Amino acid sequence: MLKKQPLIFEISKEGRKAYSLPKCDVPKSVNDEIIDKKYQRETALGLPEVSELDAVRHFTQLSQRNHGVDSGFYPLGSCTMKYNPKINEIVSRFDGFTKIHPLQSEETVQGALKVLYDMDEMLSEIVGMDQFSLQPAAGAHGELTGLMIIKAYHENRGDAKRNKIVVPDSAHGTNPASAAVAGFDIVEVKSNEKGLVDLQSLKDAMSDEVAGFMLTNPNTLGLFDENILEISSIVHEAGGLMYYDGANTNAIMGITRPGDMGFDVVHVNLHKTFSTPHGGGGPGSGPVGVKKHLADFLPVPVIVKNENGYKLDNDRPLSIGKVKSFYGNFGVIVRAYTYILSMGPDGLKEVSETAVLNANYIAAKLKDVYHLPLDHSPCMHECVFSGDWQKAENGVSTLDIAKRLLDFGYHPPTIYFPLIVSEALMIEPTECESKETLDEFISVLRQIAEEAKNDPELVKTAPHTTIVSRLDEATAARKPIVKYMR
Amino acid sequence: MHRYIGNTDQDRVEMLKEIGVSDIKALFSSVPDSVHLDRKLNLPVALSEMELIKNLKSLSKTNYNTDDYTCFLGAGAYDHFIPSAVGELLSRQEFYTAYTPYQPEISQGTLQVIFEYQSMICELTGMHVANASMYDGATAMTEAAIMAVESTKRKEILVAKAVNPEDRKVLNTYAKFRDIVITEVDYKNGQIDVDDLQSKLNSNVAALIVQSPNFFGIVENIEAFNDLIHNNKSLLIVSADPISLALLKSPGELGADIAVGDGQSLGNPLNYGGPYLGYLAVTEKLMRKMPGRIVGQTTDKDGNRGFVLTLQTREQHIRREKATSNICSNQALNALTATIYLTLLGKEGLNEVAEQCLQKSHYAYNELIKTGKFSEVFSAPFFKEFVLISEQPVSELNNKLLQNNVIGGYDVQKKYTELKNGYLVAVTEKRSKEEIDYLCERVVK
Repeated sequence: MLKKQPLIFEISKEGRKAYSLPKCDVPKSVNDEIIDKKYQRETALGLPEVSELDAVRHFTQLSQRNHGVDSGFYPLGSCTMKYNPKINEIVSRFDGFTKIHPLQSEETVQGALKVLYDMDEMLSEIVGMDQFSLQPAAGAHGELTGLMIIKAYHENRGDAKRNKIVVPDSAHGTNPASAAVAGFDIVEVKSNEKGLVDLQSLKDAMSDEVAGFMLTNPNTLGLFDENILEISSIVHEAGGLMYYDGANTNAIMGITRPGDMGFDVVHVNLHKTFSTPHGGGGPGSGPVGVKKHLADFLPVPVIVKNENGYKLDNDRPLSIGKVKSFYGNFGVIVRAYTYILSMGPDGLKEVSETAVLNANYIAAKLKDVYHLPLDHSPCMHECVFSGDWQKAENGVSTLDIAKRLLDFGYHPPTIYFPLIVSEALMIEPTECESKETLDEFISVLRQIAEEAKNDPELVKTAPHTTIVSRLDEATAARKPIVKYMR
Repeated sequence: MHRYIGNTDQDRVEMLKEIGVSDIKALFSSVPDSVHLDRKLNLPVALSEMELIKNLKSLSKTNYNTDDYTCFLGAGAYDHFIPSAVGELLSRQEFYTAYTPYQPEISQGTLQVIFEYQSMICELTGMHVANASMYDGATAMTEAAIMAVESTKRKEILVAKAVNPEDRKVLNTYAKFRDIVITEVDYKNGQIDVDDLQSKLNSNVAALIVQSPNFFGIVENIEAFNDLIHNNKSLLIVSADPISLALLKSPGELGADIAVGDGQSLGNPLNYGGPYLGYLAVTEKLMRKMPGRIVGQTTDKDGNRGFVLTLQTREQHIRREKATSNICSNQALNALTATIYLTLLGKEGLNEVAEQCLQKSHYAYNELIKTGKFSEVFSAPFFKEFVLISEQPVSELNNKLLQNNVIGGYDVQKKYTELKNGYLVAVTEKRSKEEIDYLCERVVK
């Protein structure tokens, strides 16, 4: 790996090229005659000029400065960094899926419509909903769509004063943000001493202005809220709807379903639970499912099936409208479709059982050296430690521990989230990892706990082996350099 | 155990013992019996890899693809050529199996790619700063409108009627929930009607959204009205096809405050509508109000150059209920695609692509008129797409073409009832003279 990696602009040289196009074979018109000069660009286009090999080496070298799931263990809590099966990539690149235009007539894209229709049915079955829209492009986009549906539902009933969304203090940051973008006010309820929804606080937060309650279950502490049915009835009795943030669906497939817990709206993250790659930050896919009483409000179009095949139904007067161009991140949906078909009902249940087993194993093997604050019942697919013992004893912070893990070739867990655990370290191993991988990781974390005691400086100055050391984020924000300057 | 699961049955037994429980069920003790699923999920049984490939290949073949059919359909998604190196480089697992670069020391690859992407978008658009991507062109435009509302404290958005109807639909959905008033500005000869614009400007207008080239493929005369907008203390939001910017004046040159658009045309396959990417770029003044992730350059302890996510206090996970955007996951891999594409094409190549789009679409326009089956409707300049009025209903015409292995243009009347039998034809650099001539021949027969 190069210590100094040039920018693509820095290896550019006038006259080099990496493209080939056929000659323009139509009789040419004079540009200025077909597009008046006043419309034409005046400034030169500062794009790089490199050979094809230059380009290939540049991006290959950049890729080597990254850590992916295939590179090594990636226990980033809440993100479900599971293995991304190769067959999904192959299938998603079939010409019949990539080379189809979204506005082709329905009879020419029956295969694509079948994928969307089947996904609706399969996701509905997995989470216990009646109908899905696959349009949202990411989890947060799904939240926003679901909240819009909730608002439209109340307004359609003539109940326009419901302008509040209640969220627990353990919620993902996107929950309150999505509610704000959908035009709601946000009410936060505290968690109880077990890290679960405090029922009294929830009751106190209810009123005829509450449109709904957003909950992740298992929650961001990795705990399943055992009072879920009571929570649902408190919210429903107050006239609110229940929103399920499906970020943690990997814990419950084939075991329990949000639909059976009383939720009315659900979003799932295909890029978490259903194995589609995270792409360095996206694309994701955040389909939204609803119970029957909300189906009329789903975004258009909805895929329907009749005796002539599959169709796009745009004639839905109560629909909230469109939240994205066309039908969603189709290429991502194809990967998730392939995944579900390769797992089957037994495979998906094994996934959740093993994800939960792996997280509990890590919790059990580390809780004598790291503080496990909420240890009253088994965790689900992730466990949340606190680095507060290390912080108090030797001033070694969770950030330091995370940075030290880099020296051992691991992607660190999610840190400082959930906000209600101080110095939080959120570990989500996923079902894909073997006992050997977990044992190795556990022994490294135990070693770091030792180092924090015996050689705290070693941990505080980590990482020591990465291509760059800790970066100056403060200067980056104060004096932003956000593009290449010639 | 399934092939994607790491443990053996024996591992399970040992791990349960370490945890101190007797079986897997005990780990789910907090799930009340009343919500326990007491049956198997009703899903198709698992298929082997071989069966999957066979079944899904044959399913994919039921779709008519643009290798077998010559595509003249555009209207927001375009059949451009994608160099081979794009797909190969995207297949590097280090890129596609990673997530958001939260740990910069082991994410310099993704971070530098985004920095280069931001730089290239700024080059194309002539703007000061770009974010790391939005979901698509429609949501980028919508977020730009929300930004304008937030930064001007005004509640009305004017949008040209010649902006892609699909994008306007998304804008309308978001606007409804935020009490933003959307007012359409009419078109005249395919360009924005400046008189109508003038009559609709008022002190509550946060921004005008204009697309150029617009839905009809026509280049807007933005310089005819940008002063009007700015004198009204409103913002100018310009949506543009990035390929066109190799030839046409950039939003920055035209005085835009926010530039947006869909980056599909930059090396992303049609993919039945997604994943694509939206780009969003702004002036320096608006930088701190921009949604989404931004990568900045900095140095490490030893003075080495490096890149980090920056200006994060703008982002939803910090602002929570005070957020004005909720974007978290974006379209990073598609932004990588665009970066590789723009690198391979480079300055000359992108110019050549744009030039060929321009020339070939004008050739097709003239030849279609010569068939006698179409009449002209607009005379304003266009880039790679144009509208003609067909003699016969578009659906009939397209059915005939489909039987001859041609995917015809878009039926404009579906969205603009006043343009009866309006036919929107897209001609990219991929179309050859032979294919265009064949189209014209089939139109006549």
